[in-house]
Amino acid sequence: MTIFQKIRNQVMIGFLILSAGTAMSQTDFDAIMMNKSQFCNGLIFDHASWDHYWEGTLKRDNQNLGTVSTNSVMYMGAYGITNDLNVLLSAPYVWTKASAGTLHGLDGVQDISLMVKWRALKYAWGKSKLSVFALGGFSTPLTNYVIDFLPLSIGLGSTNLTGRAMVDYQWKRWTATGSSSYIARSNVKLDRTSYYDTQLHSTNEVKMPDALQSQLRLGYRGKYLIAEALVSNWTTLGGFDITRNNMPFPSNRMNSTAVGANVKYTLKRFTNLSFIAGGDYTVAGRNVGQNMAFHGGAFYAFYFSKKDKPKNVSTY
Amino acid sequence: MFPLINMSKMKKLFYPLIIIAAGIMVLPVSCDKNINDRTANLAPLNPQNIDIDAGNWKPVLLTAPTDIPVAAPAATNTPDYIAQINEIKSWQANITSEEKAAVKYWAAGAVLRWNEILRGLVAKHNLPPYQNPDGTYPIPSSANPLAYPQFPFANPPYAARAYAYVAAAQYDALVSAWYYKKLYNRAAPYKVDSSLHVMINRSDLPSYPSEDAVVEGAAVEMLKLLFPGDQDFVNAKAEEHKRARIISGANVRSDIEAGEALGKAVAQKFAARARTDKAGAAVGTPAIWAQFETDCIARGETPWYSLEIPKRPPMLPLFGKVKGFLCDSATVVALRPGPPPSTSSKDMAAETAEVLSMVTNPSREHISIVHFWADGVGTYTPPGHWDAIAAEDFVKQNYSEVRWARNMALLNMSLMDAAIVCWDTKYFYFNPRPTQLNPEIKTLTGIPNFPSYISGHSTFSGAAATILGHLIPSRADDYNAMAQEASLSRLYGGIHYRSDCQIGLNVGKSVGQKAIDRAVTDGAE
Repeated sequence: MTIFQKIRNQVMIGFLILSAGTAMSQTDFDAIMMNKSQFCNGLIFDHASWDHYWEGTLKRDNQNLGTVSTNSVMYMGAYGITNDLNVLLSAPYVWTKASAGTLHGLDGVQDISLMVKWRALKYAWGKSKLSVFALGGFSTPLTNYVIDFLPLSIGLGSTNLTGRAMVDYQWKRWTATGSSSYIARSNVKLDRTSYYDTQLHSTNEVKMPDALQSQLRLGYRGKYLIAEALVSNWTTLGGFDITRNNMPFPSNRMNSTAVGANVKYTLKRFTNLSFIAGGDYTVAGRNVGQNMAFHGGAFYAFYFSKKDKPKNVSTY
Repeated sequence: MFPLINMSKMKKLFYPLIIIAAGIMVLPVSCDKNINDRTANLAPLNPQNIDIDAGNWKPVLLTAPTDIPVAAPAATNTPDYIAQINEIKSWQANITSEEKAAVKYWAAGAVLRWNEILRGLVAKHNLPPYQNPDGTYPIPSSANPLAYPQFPFANPPYAARAYAYVAAAQYDALVSAWYYKKLYNRAAPYKVDSSLHVMINRSDLPSYPSEDAVVEGAAVEMLKLLFPGDQDFVNAKAEEHKRARIISGANVRSDIEAGEALGKAVAQKFAARARTDKAGAAVGTPAIWAQFETDCIARGETPWYSLEIPKRPPMLPLFGKVKGFLCDSATVVALRPGPPPSTSSKDMAAETAEVLSMVTNPSREHISIVHFWADGVGTYTPPGHWDAIAAEDFVKQNYSEVRWARNMALLNMSLMDAAIVCWDTKYFYFNPRPTQLNPEIKTLTGIPNFPSYISGHSTFSGAAATILGHLIPSRADDYNAMAQEASLSRLYGGIHYRSDCQIGLNVGKSVGQKAIDRAVTDGAE
């Protein structure tokens, strides 16, 4: 049974804030495909927190925030249109909190994300397999949540189009997956009619810079156990630095590099059910929080025809 | 190694291609990322009335429009003048797209543009200094403005005063300019040479001295004092402004030079006043900060303390002593409202409970109102917000520059004096914020670092709505509704009690009335 590897979804992460750095791992970053007519879905809980952040390039703490935490419960679903074409959907509920100071946390349903994942090419020779994927994604806010209260906003509010190329190489059970994405982000609107970034703007509209995201994953892809280490980078193509002792802003130049690990285990006796767990840590950043994050989740797969029931959890 | 390609595989290409094609069709919709600034593409100023007699209007600080002498200009048939006309023509012959954009930008109005520039400087500098390693806070120094913490910290009282000085200096300088315009009556260059290409609206107003250069000169001179670390930016704007007026055909060089000199000379009088208006001492001293606390305890009340970590000294505690434009020190005391409910009273407990209820499951609409009016750190402050509201309405009124300046001066003198009366009240009572009385109150915007009673936003908004309602009566109800919303936004945000807001609004209205009293007697109505 193929599935989810989860997870910290970029919907929350990349776009998030001084909190979450960049997307760690998730189904639309891995090489695992649902077979035709399979449907798998589940919930993931994610907890991320930081007590230091980068004000521009200056690393600092803030006693008036203490530790800022972002929690989410995300629904994810994936469906195999064909063995080589999957669609993935996700939407999180997010809540934030600062441990010190007086600022109020926020909560709400954030963005829905829809991703199409296409395995365009596959080669096999000896004990090696190589596949090439193209992915296209769309995400947009499901609610009119507050974006202009960073670092306690639950998201940045832009509608995004993502294009991603991904290559996966497998030798025996060992795998390497690399991907690179371009994220086109729509402008966003504030509740106020004017703001200052590097100049005064008399409008509520903020130009959001696009972003690049890349990821490398190395690991073991067994029949029931998948374990991977990964490094991930989010680079905003423009934007401005937080000035000294200022508040963060949605169009800041948010960059982040994080390392992490993910594990997925599928029950041998009941392959419909699988569990995931993982964590990541931001090792470098700019205008983001230095996140330490953990996630865990459970997924249930439906096999609509008997022949689809896989004999092997890994793919093709 | 062979690609696993067969016919069924080819078929499967169909779905992804459709999806990718759909994506490509959607993409251009989101690709236009230019943002539409509300004042970026305004039409050139086109006054309904040139206010030719504004030289008789009552100045703020000048004793007479002739306080600063302006020499008679050269006649328009002299070789010197004709050479200046030719300068315009040579600029126009080689005009660049940047120069065209500058002409268009400045044509919208000199008072408008310099007010916007000032709002940008305030927003840039409205940042509280970061603490020292020992937990104390550094104080910005005007003598060393570029060292951290940069000078100034353009907080609301500082900003209110800056807006008022710039606006009042521009107004007085323009009253004087209008006097000389009528006296010398030198026609605009396009009236002297009808072959001149004109890129602004033609006017019957005499062009010597240039009203644009007066406004620019007054602004540049005031900003040396108010934003000494931004002189490169300010001077670049000034050069662009002066050049734009020549390129547009509005003024010859001697119009500009005379106007700039007049603007600077008038502003120097305001700068001299500013150096002695007691704002420089408004920061206070540790002994003074402690005295507020001691006095409050002696009255049997719980004193305010800073909710920042580490505790920050109160913002400009002696700003209530600053010399106002509309209210003298006796009037400031007279306008001071009675005390808030005692911190130990049932009334205060009820008010605190109401604040807690406001921030418990706040509605999205309330948060939106809080953030619309927050005007906190990194913004142009509430006085700047009211200037923005006023400016966008003034644009529609087609005022002359001198009436623009007069109305901006009335508004901003109200806002500065509102700050003075409000700060006097805040430090007279030294009342704690809701979160101090109940730490469960988490706020939807930052808690300003000064006592609660009375609300600054409410005082500013009451003053601004009152004078603006007088200036544009058709909008009076709207201004009052805005002021009411701005005032309540502080309760919704959890940073003020309802009584802070209500009484602040009323005190602000009293200050605004002082501006009306001036407006009806200044000769402009």
